[in-house]
Amino acid sequence: MKGFSQKYFMVVAGFLFGVLAALMSLLGNPPNMGVCIACFYRDITGALGLHRAAVVQYLRPEIMGIAIGAFISAFTFGEFRARGGSSPLVRFLLGMFFMIGALVFLGCPVRAVLRLAGGDLNALSGLAGVVVGALLGIAFLRRGFNLGRMTPTHQASGYLMPLIMFGLFILLIVRPEFIFYSEEGPGAMHAPIAVSLVVGLVIGFLAQRTRMCFVGGWRDLFLVRDTYLFSGIAAFFVGALIVNLVTGKVHVGFAGQPIAQTNQLWNFLGMVLAGLSATLLGGCPLRQTILASEGDIDAGVTIFGMIMGAAVSHNFLLASSPKGPGVYGPLAVVICLILACAFGYLMSEGS
Amino acid sequence: MLEVDVRGLSCPIPVVKTKKAIEENPGQTIVVLVESEVSRENVTRLAQSKGYKVKAEKTAGEYRLLLEPPEK
Repeated sequence: MKGFSQKYFMVVAGFLFGVLAALMSLLGNPPNMGVCIACFYRDITGALGLHRAAVVQYLRPEIMGIAIGAFISAFTFGEFRARGGSSPLVRFLLGMFFMIGALVFLGCPVRAVLRLAGGDLNALSGLAGVVVGALLGIAFLRRGFNLGRMTPTHQASGYLMPLIMFGLFILLIVRPEFIFYSEEGPGAMHAPIAVSLVVGLVIGFLAQRTRMCFVGGWRDLFLVRDTYLFSGIAAFFVGALIVNLVTGKVHVGFAGQPIAQTNQLWNFLGMVLAGLSATLLGGCPLRQTILASEGDIDAGVTIFGMIMGAAVSHNFLLASSPKGPGVYGPLAVVICLILACAFGYLMSEGS
Repeated sequence: MLEVDVRGLSCPIPVVKTKKAIEENPGQTIVVLVESEVSRENVTRLAQSKGYKVKAEKTAGEYRLLLEPPEK
């Protein structure tokens, strides 16, 4: 019975998240990008001046809301525990690889579902990539892959990520001159700050309570035939689809989709890389953000890896644009895939 | 009694190790040591899906899960 009520809560939470994600585009966020964890970290990276792609720079308060919401939730329910020390450098690099792959596809596993709910069929290549990446990761997990045990650490270090997120929010409010804000492009499209923050807080709470994960859902389907996490992804899709249908935002097709590119090979391989990296990390960027707020300092390191990945993607011309993959995007995906597979193979018990 | 210690291992390794232990030792009672609430939930869900009964004891910030196999 308890299992049933838990799954029921997951379905409600996923549905609500999908509704909110679709609504955020109506409230000012970019189309089919009401909530995208990878894109929003990329925008934050740009706002901090770590990359200079002028169209994608904004301190997205949804991210800060998600982190702070999860922190409050974890604290309230007695689940905040400072811990870390499980291969932080490997996690940093996997976070980087994740972001490089996601920015070739132009979205994280959350936005892939959201794009599909807007009729963007390019998302199918991306989702197929997530599934294949998860299957590759499962093969390594079955072989005995793991990044080693975490150990409890100073409580104070567990508070750092929530504090950093709070600091980013202060920067957004104070607007010092060294923070970059896009004047055009996706970075200039955003909902009012208060709305973004509150929606982020709600998502953070729901995701912390349900352990929602947009890579874990696919992984558990194949690894243990468990549909709990997947039910959240499915409900998210339905919630977003209903809002998009009611508001006339479903445009089915491949060409001319908002903030998307149509090279299916690299849409697919980019997300194979993202799916594999996230499976080895134990969760998608949404889940990493939640974990970092629960005191998991390795997840905090992973987030900085993603920020590094976003900086590298735009500085080294890896990220895609609506015209197609960046000049060096395909090469970077291949190199990172080889490295991620090497991590998966070499970091197993018994090798 | 077979004991699986997955303390400190992050998702989904506790589930992978428990699944392996169940598959390699059918019909045996298994003890799984976990330390996070999430691992407790995940391991419990896995064991119940295989028909096991799960008893959880909480001791000093961690859980000792007793997985009893389905009766034949």
